[in-house]
Amino acid sequence: MREVAIVAFAQTVHTGHDTGLTEAEMLHPVIDEVQRATGLTRFGFTCSGSCDYLAGAPFSFVSALDALGAWPPISESHVEMDAAFALYEAWVRLQHGDIDSALVYGFGKSSMSDLREIMTLQLDPYYLAPLGLDQVSYAALQAAALGGDRADHRGALDEIVRRSRADGRANPHALDLPDPSGTDDEVAPLRPYDIAPITDGAAAVVLAAGDLARELAATPAYIRGIAHRIEPHYLGMRDLARSPSAADAARAAGVGKGPVDVAELHVQFSHEELILREALELPEDTVINPSGGPLAANPVMATGLIRIGEAARRILDGGARRAVAHASSGPCLQHNLVTVLESALESVPESAPETQEGADRG
Amino acid sequence: MANRCAVIGVGQTRYTTKRRDVSIAGLVREAAIRALDDAGLTFADIDAVVVGKAPDLFEGIMMPEVYLADALGAAGKPLTRVHTAGSVGGSTALVGASLIQGGVHDRVLVVAFEKQSESNATWALSTHLPFGASLVVGAGGYFAPHIREYMRRSGAPDHVGALVAVKDRRNALKNPYAHLKIPGIDRAMVESTPMLWEPIRYLETCPSSDGACAMVLSSEKAVTGTPAWIHGTAMRSEPLMRAGRDTVSPQAGKDCAADVYRQAGISDPRRDIDVAEVYVPFSWYEPMWLENLGFAPENEGWKLTEAGCTALDGDIPWNASGGVLSSNPIGASGLIRFAEAALQVRGMAGEHQVEGAVTALGHAYGGGAQFFAMWIVGSRKP
Repeated sequence: MREVAIVAFAQTVHTGHDTGLTEAEMLHPVIDEVQRATGLTRFGFTCSGSCDYLAGAPFSFVSALDALGAWPPISESHVEMDAAFALYEAWVRLQHGDIDSALVYGFGKSSMSDLREIMTLQLDPYYLAPLGLDQVSYAALQAAALGGDRADHRGALDEIVRRSRADGRANPHALDLPDPSGTDDEVAPLRPYDIAPITDGAAAVVLAAGDLARELAATPAYIRGIAHRIEPHYLGMRDLARSPSAADAARAAGVGKGPVDVAELHVQFSHEELILREALELPEDTVINPSGGPLAANPVMATGLIRIGEAARRILDGGARRAVAHASSGPCLQHNLVTVLESALESVPESAPETQEGADRG
Repeated sequence: MANRCAVIGVGQTRYTTKRRDVSIAGLVREAAIRALDDAGLTFADIDAVVVGKAPDLFEGIMMPEVYLADALGAAGKPLTRVHTAGSVGGSTALVGASLIQGGVHDRVLVVAFEKQSESNATWALSTHLPFGASLVVGAGGYFAPHIREYMRRSGAPDHVGALVAVKDRRNALKNPYAHLKIPGIDRAMVESTPMLWEPIRYLETCPSSDGACAMVLSSEKAVTGTPAWIHGTAMRSEPLMRAGRDTVSPQAGKDCAADVYRQAGISDPRRDIDVAEVYVPFSWYEPMWLENLGFAPENEGWKLTEAGCTALDGDIPWNASGGVLSSNPIGASGLIRFAEAALQVRGMAGEHQVEGAVTALGHAYGGGAQFFAMWIVGSRKP
């Protein structure tokens, strides 16, 4: 596959409340930032991710286009998914070989609505949604399936939240949340602090291929592998304590082919970190979510892209040589995307890139 | 450059006001299985699935693709959900084709649907405060002023819209999947129907349909059956609120056409293309898009329509299937255009086959006439 790298990443200072900005107003500064960082104002392809249901109105991505200055008209597409999947689409488009750059962005204002109830509307409308199971409740089912009667389960979750919030306090883009406290359940076995906070925010990434990547960044974050997999929707058909789709995606992306300095995981509930860590077979010494992760800032529809951006940032600034990013969609980690990023130092010969979607199947 | 890609299977449901006999999952699966049957394949032969539909508010399900993964045999595979407003069906085909052109997969299933009977699309499309006071009701209310401006600029006589409405509905009588079947339709009948949004009369507008369309796309080495080869693909978008943007003949449409024609080696679309499936949800968009797509000089598109050039027996048939005016499951409407273009060059369009069609255009547009998706398919390998 063609060498494609992340050369720029920007995100808003995320907030836990509505600041009065429209989505286009929230997005514009991060677009501006990656354009200034790269010196590019036109891109070969543009792709975004957002969700109409957060705003409760159709076509949220249409007004977002007004933030780009998309004139003359641009080659552009949109996924009604986390923007991490928009990045995947842009990476595929760059494989065609006729363009060298792509802009990817995502945004979401979950402060505008009741996210728990909206997520119920994602379930099978005939058999599951009428049950009224909200997002926290089905996450709690998964946490129970994982933890069950394990005595150390609560301690493990508390430590994940404590670490994530502490890292988030050190991250100027994340929310300022206190150490976890209290023993009341939200939906047993999950406590309120196990749940990613309501957050408004946006993020943008620039992808570049070939020589352009080396021109735009001193240490581009090369995408060595990227793959995603979905699994059955019905919770009863799945072993909720495991994530085979994340494991498959990780294998296809080649996570295990080298050390992992940093992993940014799309953990919207603390127990998901345990499931993902196992599914991705991350080494013990891998630093997980040094940004604080979604437990410290969760601008829905941008959160997954931010994981890729944060992982890339560690490589762009020289702090890591090999990083993994994970993004998710659907109830209880139904759909998972895994990206492996490397600095040029770890580069395999360009003629034989290490991993690609479908490579294992010949 | 990009790898070759072909359409090797097409599946459609019949389009109708209410499909009470199937769930949404049943609807998309019906189209998917027909496309797989056409290609002589099963779900096991598919590497990835791409799902497209218009706003989720139409059915009241947020991101329904995660629920549809099971029905579409996507478990264990990558699944992508595309949404680019009314052009989404076309974009869905292009995102699927991109996976093959980029060398990532060999066989991709693309599916688009709408089950409009689940809610009321006109109201789902009418935005409200705090997002902006809506001055219009539905898509017709939005596009009617643009049509009036086209009539003013071009001096087109008032009856041209009715001619398109009659022509497309007559074509629909030859399409077993079409929603509106109006035997004996003529200009007088169209002109006798109520005015909905001046100058758009009831029979000059598209219906609300339930339905799904699917295609199997293939790399060169994985082709089965009769391929329709992709000769060019392009998307273009422009901002809704840009001052000075020409909403009658948008630059994004012109640029998108120029890009796809360049890839396919088309210098004169009217001469080089044998049949076009173009997104015409309101009758007047045929003459408007004839100009935007370069089939006619500016302000003269209506003359082609009036002279019968775009009829099934004309020199450049447009919407031989009956088009969006005859079947409109919104999210699928663009994909149906792309699929009908493929059926024509595969020689598999049945009664509405354009004899000897070698090169066909599939077109979709959406938003405030600001999102465009197009492809050129041909019976010959590029």
